[in-house]
Amino acid sequence: MTNRPSHMDPKNSFQGLILTLQQFWAEQGCVILQPYDMQMGAGTFHTATTLRALGPKPWKAAYVQPSRRPKDGRYGENPNRLQHYYQFQVILKPSPPDIQELYLKSLAAIGLDASLHDVRFVEDDWESPTLGAWGLGWECWCDGMEVSQFTYFQQVAGFECSPVPGEITYGLERLAMYVQGVENVYDLNFNGGTGDDKVTYGDVFLQNEQESSKYNFEAADTEILFRHFADAEQECRAILAKGAEGNRQTMAIPAYEQVVKASHNFNMLDARGVISVTERQSYILRIRDLAKSCGEAWLQTAGGGAE
Amino acid sequence: MPELLLELFSEEIPARFQRRAADDLKKAVTNALVDAGLVYEGAKAFVTPRRLALTVTGLPARSPDTREEKKGPKVGAPQPAIDGFLRSAGLSSLDEAKVESDPKKGDFYVAHINKPGAEAVTLLSAILPKILTDFPWAKSMRWGSGSFSWVRPLRAITATFGSENEDPVVIPFASGVVESGQTTFGHRFLAPAAIKVRRFDDYVEALERAKVVLDIDRRKDIIRTDAEQLAFAQGLTVIADEGLLEEVAGLVEWPVVMMGSFDPAFLEVPEEAIIATIRANQKCFCLRDASGKLAPNFIITSNTVASDGGATIIAGNERVIRARLSDAMFFYNGDLSLPLEHGLPKLEETVFHAKLGTQFARIERLVKLAGEIAPQVGADPERAKRAAMLAKADLTTQMVGEFPELQGLMGRYYALAQGEPADIATAVEMHYKPLGPTDKVPTEPVSIAVALADKLDLLTGFWAIDEKPTGSRDPFALRRAALGVIRIISENNLRFPLKVDADLLAFFHDRLKVSLRDAGARHDLLDAVISADSNDILQVTQRAEALSALLSSADGQNLLAGYKRAANILAAEEKKDGKAYAGAVEQDALKLSEETALAFAVDAVHAAVSNHVAKDDYKGAMGELATLRAPVDAFFTAVLVNDADPAVRANRLNLLARLRDTMHLVADFGKVAG
Repeated sequence: MTNRPSHMDPKNSFQGLILTLQQFWAEQGCVILQPYDMQMGAGTFHTATTLRALGPKPWKAAYVQPSRRPKDGRYGENPNRLQHYYQFQVILKPSPPDIQELYLKSLAAIGLDASLHDVRFVEDDWESPTLGAWGLGWECWCDGMEVSQFTYFQQVAGFECSPVPGEITYGLERLAMYVQGVENVYDLNFNGGTGDDKVTYGDVFLQNEQESSKYNFEAADTEILFRHFADAEQECRAILAKGAEGNRQTMAIPAYEQVVKASHNFNMLDARGVISVTERQSYILRIRDLAKSCGEAWLQTAGGGAE
Repeated sequence: MPELLLELFSEEIPARFQRRAADDLKKAVTNALVDAGLVYEGAKAFVTPRRLALTVTGLPARSPDTREEKKGPKVGAPQPAIDGFLRSAGLSSLDEAKVESDPKKGDFYVAHINKPGAEAVTLLSAILPKILTDFPWAKSMRWGSGSFSWVRPLRAITATFGSENEDPVVIPFASGVVESGQTTFGHRFLAPAAIKVRRFDDYVEALERAKVVLDIDRRKDIIRTDAEQLAFAQGLTVIADEGLLEEVAGLVEWPVVMMGSFDPAFLEVPEEAIIATIRANQKCFCLRDASGKLAPNFIITSNTVASDGGATIIAGNERVIRARLSDAMFFYNGDLSLPLEHGLPKLEETVFHAKLGTQFARIERLVKLAGEIAPQVGADPERAKRAAMLAKADLTTQMVGEFPELQGLMGRYYALAQGEPADIATAVEMHYKPLGPTDKVPTEPVSIAVALADKLDLLTGFWAIDEKPTGSRDPFALRRAALGVIRIISENNLRFPLKVDADLLAFFHDRLKVSLRDAGARHDLLDAVISADSNDILQVTQRAEALSALLSSADGQNLLAGYKRAANILAAEEKKDGKAYAGAVEQDALKLSEETALAFAVDAVHAAVSNHVAKDDYKGAMGELATLRAPVDAFFTAVLVNDADPAVRANRLNLLARLRDTMHLVADFGKVAG
């Protein structure tokens, strides 16, 4: 990947950065997936991570996941914060002994060479209360900037992970801003073009940020959101009930998709500021209960290693 | 003599665990060595982000042979006892035991068990894996397909044993899939190649060549010294921060210190906010110029020698800090554009606690309470109420949203910016204090009023809903709040009786005892001066001090002995007679001059002590009590309390009761030990 044309070089091109990472991890034997076609808060919610993290089967995957954080919207006015951004997610199960070296090579591939940069692994314990998941690992710093999260999953959906997956999450916009030397996310060169051919991140996403921030904070109908939350919860349970066949489960994935929906609805309600501090915890627990049921269901499928 | 070298090479160990882990490793290994009969001369543990290391010197090659004597049952004891003895001693028959005689017990069996020593390497190959398995990490994890747990994945183990002039042997063992050997690795980027290790001496040298400084204290010295030199060259000084230094030394194996700078325009943001963001988010040190003002510079500690001399690293760090400070400035200016009260309505929607209402409801309580407390602590009630109203308003500011640790402080800045009087602004900051036993205590009256209101509301509130601390569980930091009240009262010499229910008052008593005991007061003296209804902290403290002074004098000690004697006699006789002696002392029934003298002395002292106590002069009261020593001593030398004449006896018991009551005016001497 040393001889990329200039318009594909991560230094000039956001998509070049993504393609470089995809190529790098493809060469490590990962399946390169496309984003999950649902609204979710992080790449971890993709079934390729949450569900595949459970059970005995080896699994290596890498993918971009658009991530929705309604509360982080800033109407396109903040140079660093977005309610919709891209994560690049890598999951390697079992975590290979050279996983840190692989990660450092991936940084070198996108132009962050350890001979020039100060790369550090700084303690960061990861926990997702909604997914009932936790792991230990680090934030990876490059010259004082957090460029990735690195986690050894210990539990997902309340179940022990064995073997243990290693998860690497790159915050693509932030990484690209550093590699491109840009101070404002909307100034990122998206396609590596020059002159009239240049398309910026702002060209692609500024309007989206403005409109979505307005929707998330002001317009979203909270009654509908509450209803959607309750519907997803109910549907999740119904799917699990209908899918149960003896000690096997035939609809773990559709059930889990309802967890993803419930979680996004919760994030929307949170952004609308209609969930009080005390209620907040109970909503998180409701989602976690669903996630646990789905984790259990997954373990009763072929993908989850059921005999 | 042989020495042991152990290195546990892993992925990056969290900085906050490192020092403790080195101590734990040393303790675990040396304890196990001693238990195995392997005495050693010295041991030292080291830690870097990627390795825990231990050297133990002066070990024997073998543990010594031991001979254990095990006493058994008497000759002729029942068979089950004999069998049990044989089993526990490992003997096949009584022929292998000896018979010994004891003049008292008669003949009994004794087994002599010889335990041959073992090779140290053999012993260590069993000891070390167990220590790794049981290692007390605060948090540990599994990785790959294994089930072994370590703080982060363990990648190599070096374990060698041998004397100076010989090739050491590897202590064979495995933890998870990692087998012991003698191969380690240098700095992750600067010298990643494998290194063959023999003994500690060559190990340290090889690591140093491979850009690893093994000793955390040396890394700290390097960082501190280099930072100070860089600062000095610019006419600056580093803001000392021991906690940050310890953390940073735990993030690098090869510290390389550099200086970066930021736009001086950011200095309009309060310096605490700048320091907070640079410290917490970037783990960099801040600097001051010669006049003491915050300088627009910071110190980076990187973990590598970059090929461009560090220019890229500095530029990268500056870029991140620029973004952080832009955010901080944006928040600060945004907050300044609105009055501090602006956020109060938002607190009506913020739940303080499900059963205790919203934050705003709490503020309303604080306003009322601070207004009531104000006159008692010399504060203007209106000022105290205003300060209480603003005290929590900064919780809704963007700055505190971003840096919760700046709560109170930002409130002070914003209060001053909108022209609030200085004492109100100070109270907004200081009302949270003290946050611990060493934190500053508010001293200005308005601050004191709001600080007391804040803590008392917290305590009475959680007491009312029965959310008291239990054991180690104190999620609302109520112990800290109670200690805060105690410190504010005693350090400001406040006469501030606590008007709280009995259970909460008892909680205050417990905290007061802990705090006074920590300050060196005797436990029994505290019990002597605290009664169930003691609600005046200052008074209790003063009584304890005066009592302690009295008891450190010879008069005090003798008086205490006399008191105990009187109290014992009284207790015995009251029990015998089934009644309490509390009557008046009859002058006419006093027979001996010593009892007359004591009666007069007690009367005089009683009056004087009452007088002193009324004026809270406990030193004076104790001085008066001390004068009782001579008449009490004389009384017990000359007078027999249990006189044949019941009237005389009763009168004497009444006199002793009067003595006891007089002393109880100051403290319950019955609770004093000795």
